[in-house]
Amino acid sequence: MEGDVVQMGAYIGAGLACTGMGGAAVGVGHVVGNFLSGALRNPSAAGGQTATMFIGIAFSEALGIFSFLVALLLMFAV
Amino acid sequence: MATETTAAAVEGHVSPVGLEEAGKCVDSHGGAIGMPQLCPEWMGNQIFWLAVTLVVIFFVLSRIALPRIAAILAERQGTITNDIAAAEDLKAKAVEAEIAYNKALADARSDAQNIIAETKAGIKAELDEALAKADAEIAARTAEGEKKIAEIRAGALESVGEVAKDAALAIVAAMGGKADAKTVDAAVASRVKG
Amino acid sequence: MATETHEGAEKGMELVFHPMDQFIVKPLFGEGAVGVFTVTNVTLWMALALLATIGLLVLGTSKRSTIPTRIQSVAELCYGFVRKMVEDVAGKDALPYFPYIMTLFIFIVFSNFLGLLPGAFTTTSHIAVTAVLAMLVFLTVTLMGFFKHGLGFLGVFWISSAPLPLRPILALIEVISYFVRPVSHSIRLAGNMMAGHAVIKVFAAFAPMILIGWIGVLVTPLSIIAITAIYALEVLVAFIQAYVFTILTCVYLKDALHPHH
Repeated sequence: MEGDVVQMGAYIGAGLACTGMGGAAVGVGHVVGNFLSGALRNPSAAGGQTATMFIGIAFSEALGIFSFLVALLLMFAV
Repeated sequence: MATETTAAAVEGHVSPVGLEEAGKCVDSHGGAIGMPQLCPEWMGNQIFWLAVTLVVIFFVLSRIALPRIAAILAERQGTITNDIAAAEDLKAKAVEAEIAYNKALADARSDAQNIIAETKAGIKAELDEALAKADAEIAARTAEGEKKIAEIRAGALESVGEVAKDAALAIVAAMGGKADAKTVDAAVASRVKG
Repeated sequence: MATETHEGAEKGMELVFHPMDQFIVKPLFGEGAVGVFTVTNVTLWMALALLATIGLLVLGTSKRSTIPTRIQSVAELCYGFVRKMVEDVAGKDALPYFPYIMTLFIFIVFSNFLGLLPGAFTTTSHIAVTAVLAMLVFLTVTLMGFFKHGLGFLGVFWISSAPLPLRPILALIEVISYFVRPVSHSIRLAGNMMAGHAVIKVFAAFAPMILIGWIGVLVTPLSIIAITAIYALEVLVAFIQAYVFTILTCVYLKDALHPHH
């Protein structure tokens, strides 16, 4: 029974924060999946929209990175 | 990830020698305390060197690299355009050459037709001549042959009359009769005719 | 990356996790505190990025050949890639800012890839670095928007196509999202870089398990395979994050050039 309650809370919180990354994964998969289904329907328009897809990926991935950051902060900086 | 260093730092077991030397973001073993990204005393250093690097990269790019690459690309574009123009010229020349070739071909073909027709006519004339000659010869030979046949036939008829007379005289004589030549001749002639 | 074994060696065989040690800023020469002008590993790896830039874009194109050599065609590819991105996303009138965006892209892409070398220090994994980059973009875009359009630049927050009662609420949301931009812009890059490198380091810490017990026969190959897989993903991420950073810069630039959407 070493450590203290604060550290325990921090580690539990870090673990909980990691669930946010799952949400980001779902979001990225959703973006790419929808892009792909649209691209297969109209392949000629797909090329011009790749940049938009990457922007969408970036936005939804950023939130996963935020939760990862929260986890890291809880583990190392609290 | 239970970094013992973090726990140790929190509990204050770290010997302060390392802290004094390396600053408060690194423990005495050289490990990180917390997140190195959040260590405030390193940020100034990073920002300073980042600024230096960015300024140098910016000047290298905007003064040297980008104009040079743009010039290379423009030059290549120019070369390509020139080459395409040259290719167009060559293509036009090729089209002209093709037209000339087709014309020459057509000419040669009509010449050939003429020559063929002439040759055909010449051959036909020669052939006709030869045919006519051959016909004439054949006709002459035929006439000659007919004449000879007629002569032979006439000769044969005469011979038949004489043979018949002789035979009749001989028969009459053999039968014991006496016949003069004139009566026998007349009888044979009438029989042969009949 | 800091030495892994300094504690394991003392206490015998024991797994040690120091995933964050690779991000420590150290003076290159001698010991002591890190001042603003100290030559550190940050200096080294930024200088290497600079050298790589010069090697690719200056030395690589020094022959100026019409039929490009391999390295020259890579340089031209980089140029064409960023230029097309600026033109397509931000429009033709953003082309004066092309060298600036090219600087950001080249710096980030070389830092990311150099950071993937074993033992390297990843400058772009530090929030201090990416925050400066993002704030540069943010300030440039904001100041340029006000400079070009005056107060009309505020029209970027006032969505005239929305119904009138909704507009103040939307404006509030737009203002908040506008000021969150540099935060997400910087943390996305730093977080991606840091996450990948830390994960590789965690898996690397499992690799010496074979020296500890029989379970290591199972764990060590698995961890090595995992390192390989994560490394491949990181190669992809290194490029995509540079691309995303650049393309978001272009998007922000477009907002500043044409605030009325």
